[in-house]
Amino acid sequence: MSAAVMNDILTPVKRASARMETRNVFEEITGTVGDVTVENAKMRTRGVDVFYGDKQAIHDVSLDIGNNEVVAMIGPSGCGKSTFLRCLNRMNDTIPSCRVTGSMSLDGEDLYGEDLDPVLLRARVGMVFQKPNPFAKSIYDNVAYGPRIHGLASNRAELDDIVHESLKRAGLYDEVKDRLESPGTGLSGGQQQRLCIARTIAVNPEVILMDEPCSALDPIATARIEELIDELRQNYAIAIVTHSMQQAARVSQRTAYFHLGKLVEVGDTNTVFTNPSHELTENYITGRFG
Amino acid sequence: MSDENNKPGTTDLGKRERAGRERGAGDPGGAMAAAVSGTLTGGEHRGGSAGPDLPNHTGTGQGTAGDRVGARVQSGLKRRYAAERRFRMYGLFAIAATLSFLALLLISIVSKGLPAFSQTYMQLDVMLDADTLGVDASDSAGQLRGGNYGGVTKAAMRERFPEAESRSDKKALYGLLSTGAEYELARRVIADPELIGQRLQLWVPADDELGALIKSGANLADPDGIVTRMSDRQIGWAADMQATGELDVRFNRTFFINGDSREPELAGIRAALIGSGYTLLITFLLSFPIAVSAAIYLEEFAPQNKWTDLVEVNINNLAAVPSIVFGLLGLAVFINFFHLPRSAPLVGGIVLSLMTLPTIIISSRVALKSVPPSIREAARGLGASDLQVVFHHVLPLAMPGILTGTIIGLAQALGETAPLLMIGMVAFIVDIPQSITDASTVLPVQVYLWADSPERAFMEKTSAAIMVLLAFLICMNALAVMLRKRFERRW
Repeated sequence: MSAAVMNDILTPVKRASARMETRNVFEEITGTVGDVTVENAKMRTRGVDVFYGDKQAIHDVSLDIGNNEVVAMIGPSGCGKSTFLRCLNRMNDTIPSCRVTGSMSLDGEDLYGEDLDPVLLRARVGMVFQKPNPFAKSIYDNVAYGPRIHGLASNRAELDDIVHESLKRAGLYDEVKDRLESPGTGLSGGQQQRLCIARTIAVNPEVILMDEPCSALDPIATARIEELIDELRQNYAIAIVTHSMQQAARVSQRTAYFHLGKLVEVGDTNTVFTNPSHELTENYITGRFG
Repeated sequence: MSDENNKPGTTDLGKRERAGRERGAGDPGGAMAAAVSGTLTGGEHRGGSAGPDLPNHTGTGQGTAGDRVGARVQSGLKRRYAAERRFRMYGLFAIAATLSFLALLLISIVSKGLPAFSQTYMQLDVMLDADTLGVDASDSAGQLRGGNYGGVTKAAMRERFPEAESRSDKKALYGLLSTGAEYELARRVIADPELIGQRLQLWVPADDELGALIKSGANLADPDGIVTRMSDRQIGWAADMQATGELDVRFNRTFFINGDSREPELAGIRAALIGSGYTLLITFLLSFPIAVSAAIYLEEFAPQNKWTDLVEVNINNLAAVPSIVFGLLGLAVFINFFHLPRSAPLVGGIVLSLMTLPTIIISSRVALKSVPPSIREAARGLGASDLQVVFHHVLPLAMPGILTGTIIGLAQALGETAPLLMIGMVAFIVDIPQSITDASTVLPVQVYLWADSPERAFMEKTSAAIMVLLAFLICMNALAVMLRKRFERRW
């Protein structure tokens, strides 16, 4: 029997035992390792629990997102990082069985309070999705849609300015300036995602949430988006969910590691990746599971 | 995991890279990854070129396994291709059968209906004698309408064929002439009373029997072997007129101008066509907005609970209710209770809307459901309200599907007869309906009425009415395709 076959047989056994180990460790999680707070927090969350029906998807998560920083949320699939991200602009409202408890605030205003309308909240906290999802409209209309519904431009010239400026900041302007009237769905995947980012920043939000923005893109397009994220950091607070640890390492200043609905560890990206405090974090970033 | 291997780290995070190396060297996972990628390439090979080079790519000890798989696939392939060929044959057969039935239908209808689009006219030399008419040029239009135009046309016939002297001969002679001749003459005189006292040459419609005979191209000089209700005497007169060029076959404008009539040569489709138009307009105006709103509410806003389930089940059931039941409901509710006018397109339209609603609702819901959720999320993420999400993004994308469902529903409504019989739209309507509350009939009911008439000429009218109905349908479908193209371009 060759070595490869031997490995085939042995690997699942080893993996199973590794999993049991991590489960034991997980049960011991009592709180988050590291400092969840930042000085100039844009968004603050404290003790957030999220339920889908009876099932609890997020357990007691507290995390700050600071101005001018990129917070990366990493963790194995199903660990709740996307759920948590979507709670930050109440995108989960459309799921009837979803229930959120705990406190979440934007500049001190309660996200789920009476005063803050979800529509207004989503204008202030923009979102970029995993799959590029441009509207079935022209490139121009895609970017102009947000400003139009919010009445951000009083005339055509102002709207033109917003659109051009947003496309420039998303690094797409030079590629599409001659065909702003052609459909946004006709662009390549990477261009579409940058169009979606341009569309998001056209509303001039305060926070941008990105849910695995590069998972459907090739490395070149990914690199462009990452550059863009780094530039956008100058003006926005950004939270990004990613499966690629390199990406988290490249673009973020702070990293939060989620595991089975709990926030295990938060810290400076460099520290988390080079010297993780929690065993689960170390297991994950060294590729032992996930 | 493989993601990580493919992208060498561009960071200074030594520990992770070190960990990766360690794993590559020591951990069995690395070896497994290699094995996995091995099988993957194997898969690609199999997919790319079937068969011969199969054993080449595999590593040690796996060649025989690959061979065995290859052989098994090979033996199955033949069967799979045969199944595919068989299925294609079935498909082709089905298409051929459908097309031949369709061709049969169309050929039968067109061959029977085409003669109805032409009409035999005869030339009449009329002396508009004030005494015979009983009216004067100075009379009012109302009085002029009461003139004895039949007497004048009959006199003209007598004048043309003076040999008909006996009472029965005269009657037979007048039988060649359609009553349409009187109406044509009356119309002319009322339009221009100065004609009274003058001699007028005009073309008037011939009787339907004579018309059919002429259109059939029979040789009137040889009356034997001609199947007709006309007497030999009448055929002789007709042959005489044909020889002098006083009979002519022309395009049948009457068919598109007149309403129904007891006389086939005067019967037209116009009243039914306009009745159908009004009825469909009402149906569309009522059912489209109601159905689309209902579909949007159910699909986008309604909470999922027992009540919405109940509504859904009932809508689906409604689609299966026999149409005559809707007719009875219309009779009981709209006519007997609300006292809406009988035989009116208004009531017909309401009843047909009830019938069309479920069809449009169901197809609209399907169309709305098929809009990708990512579009909704994108709009909502930008701060669009639920209503804006629906009207700016979801509805435009669902529009082609909604329109298709609407056209299917309206086409169904256009061809519906049974519920309209119940609300009195089966009446004999001569006048062209002027509004949605006038008594009228619709195309399929007109077909039914004509198919029921004994005169032979109504047979061709029936087929012609079916042709008009089909043309109406084709126009509607063409409009739907056009609209769909237009909305689809926005993708």
